[in-house]
Amino acid sequence: MTIKQRRELVSSIIYHLFVGFFCLLMIYPLLWLFSSSLKPSAEVFRDTTSLIPSRLSFENYTNGWAGFGGITFSTFYLNSFIYTSLAVVITVFFSAMVAYGFSRIQFTGRKFWFACMITTLMLPVQVVIIPQYIMFSNLKWLNTLYPLLLPRIGGQAFFIFMFMQFIRGIPKELDEAAEIDGCGKIGIFFRIILPLIVPAMVTAAIFSFYWTWEDFLSPLIYLNSPKLYTVSLALRSFADPSANTDWGAIFAMSALSLVPVFIIFIFFQRYLVQGISTTGLKG
Amino acid sequence: MASSIRKKNFKQNNWMGYFFIGPWLLAFLAFTLLPMAASLYFAFNDYSSLDSLDKARWIGLQNFERMFFNDNKYWKSVGATLYYVIFAIPLRLTMALGLAMLLNTGRNGVSFYRAAFYAPSIVGGSIAVAVMWRQVFGTEGLFNAAIRLLGLPTRTWLGDPDYAIWTLIALAVWQFGSPMLIFLAGLKQIPTEFYEAASIDGANGVRKFISITLPLLSPVIFFNLIMQMISGLMVFTQAFIITGGAPLDTTLFYALYIYRRAFENFQMGYASAMAWVLLIIIAVFATIVFKTSNQWVYYESKEE
Repeated sequence: MTIKQRRELVSSIIYHLFVGFFCLLMIYPLLWLFSSSLKPSAEVFRDTTSLIPSRLSFENYTNGWAGFGGITFSTFYLNSFIYTSLAVVITVFFSAMVAYGFSRIQFTGRKFWFACMITTLMLPVQVVIIPQYIMFSNLKWLNTLYPLLLPRIGGQAFFIFMFMQFIRGIPKELDEAAEIDGCGKIGIFFRIILPLIVPAMVTAAIFSFYWTWEDFLSPLIYLNSPKLYTVSLALRSFADPSANTDWGAIFAMSALSLVPVFIIFIFFQRYLVQGISTTGLKG
Repeated sequence: MASSIRKKNFKQNNWMGYFFIGPWLLAFLAFTLLPMAASLYFAFNDYSSLDSLDKARWIGLQNFERMFFNDNKYWKSVGATLYYVIFAIPLRLTMALGLAMLLNTGRNGVSFYRAAFYAPSIVGGSIAVAVMWRQVFGTEGLFNAAIRLLGLPTRTWLGDPDYAIWTLIALAVWQFGSPMLIFLAGLKQIPTEFYEAASIDGANGVRKFISITLPLLSPVIFFNLIMQMISGLMVFTQAFIITGGAPLDTTLFYALYIYRRAFENFQMGYASAMAWVLLIIIAVFATIVFKTSNQWVYYESKEE
């Protein structure tokens, strides 16, 4: 082994020790959450820093799943699933539609409305949420999904912007060729643009899923009946220290709610990294 | 003839254009513009009911007077929010840049590290993590247990007015994954020739960082700094779950205080006034971004 190779090896070992240790430090809380959820209930705060349960126990999961007030987590997961899937489909589809309009069709007022849309990216939700609440409450739409879903028919500015970047990369000749063959704008959108921006739509769908799954403020305001709680809302009530001290069960339900998030992360990591790096999208 | 065809096309495009952006336009008018106008109106009203607008009473600038001169909690919430933003965001970006530079190598295992460092970011905003964080920093929690192992004194972090906000800052810094990926993408675009030339001229690592990396990356850094400060001003969930604004209102963030006034005290007018002040602060930040945005963001599609 030459001196150069040896130096290379030493530097590599130092690098991995340093970065690896820091990496472990960063994900330790998450590992701790998952391992605590598998510890026997009494053990969670006894040997706190340990990641290895004395015996594997799933009692926390069965205890936690029972929920509270006679409502189990099956209900909460079903609610979250319905809300999230509808929200994702609506958001992604309409974002694509609007993005096509902005990037491929010349119409009066286009620049103005585009500027309006970009501005909404930075609008604090607090400015609109109070009147929205009053409006939906007067429509007697509290404890329904309308207030959570209806505002999404406009798509989401982040995704519209991302799709526009993507559509710009599609040669205009494709549109023109289709037009000559007698295809209208609607046809072009469905037959040419939509199939070609599928990768971007996957990215948007993942982010949309994350943001909806973890959405808290809107469900908190609009859904007051525990029967309608999403998983996030349920976790908050479930983990209320004055009502529940079964930390094993609380950890189990918290950990479980992160499982879908991690599964998607593991399988679609490439799309996420791409989405963030190309648009500066905050995940 | 030709011009009439063009005119017809133009008209048709107008129809089609508004057809495609229609959903957005509708949502924008109904769920953004109209509520904004209503909120502005409420800001000048004493409005504490949900049922009917008749109950609103015009009181001019009284909400703002009360906010600026007669509400200690308001200033506490402004102070807490600024403190949080000023520490959390620069720390997060520093961490992100440091890690991005460490990961910007061709070594084995880098993609694993990248995924692991990004993991906290995808779950960081969730209720599950907020609930966990409360236990990490609880009296018997992970953090105290760890520092006890190191022989350091433990504390009740969440109950201590000097430290509670730092648990929230720590949570924000922990989520450095997204800016790390953005910086990593930026670093990859810097030509390696620059560094090679600098090496030949005898520049060391620090010198290369200051003279090459930082200037070339500064637009991205600045853009992220401002954008994340803006979203930092609106932080709600973590404070709501982890500290609830306690102790002594040291973590009563602006958005949390608005929520309390609006949805716990039902003072919709007062809360709206607070929201509009936030909007103006954010508008100032946003103007800074847009005045200088040409240098780093390519927004509008340039078409012939």
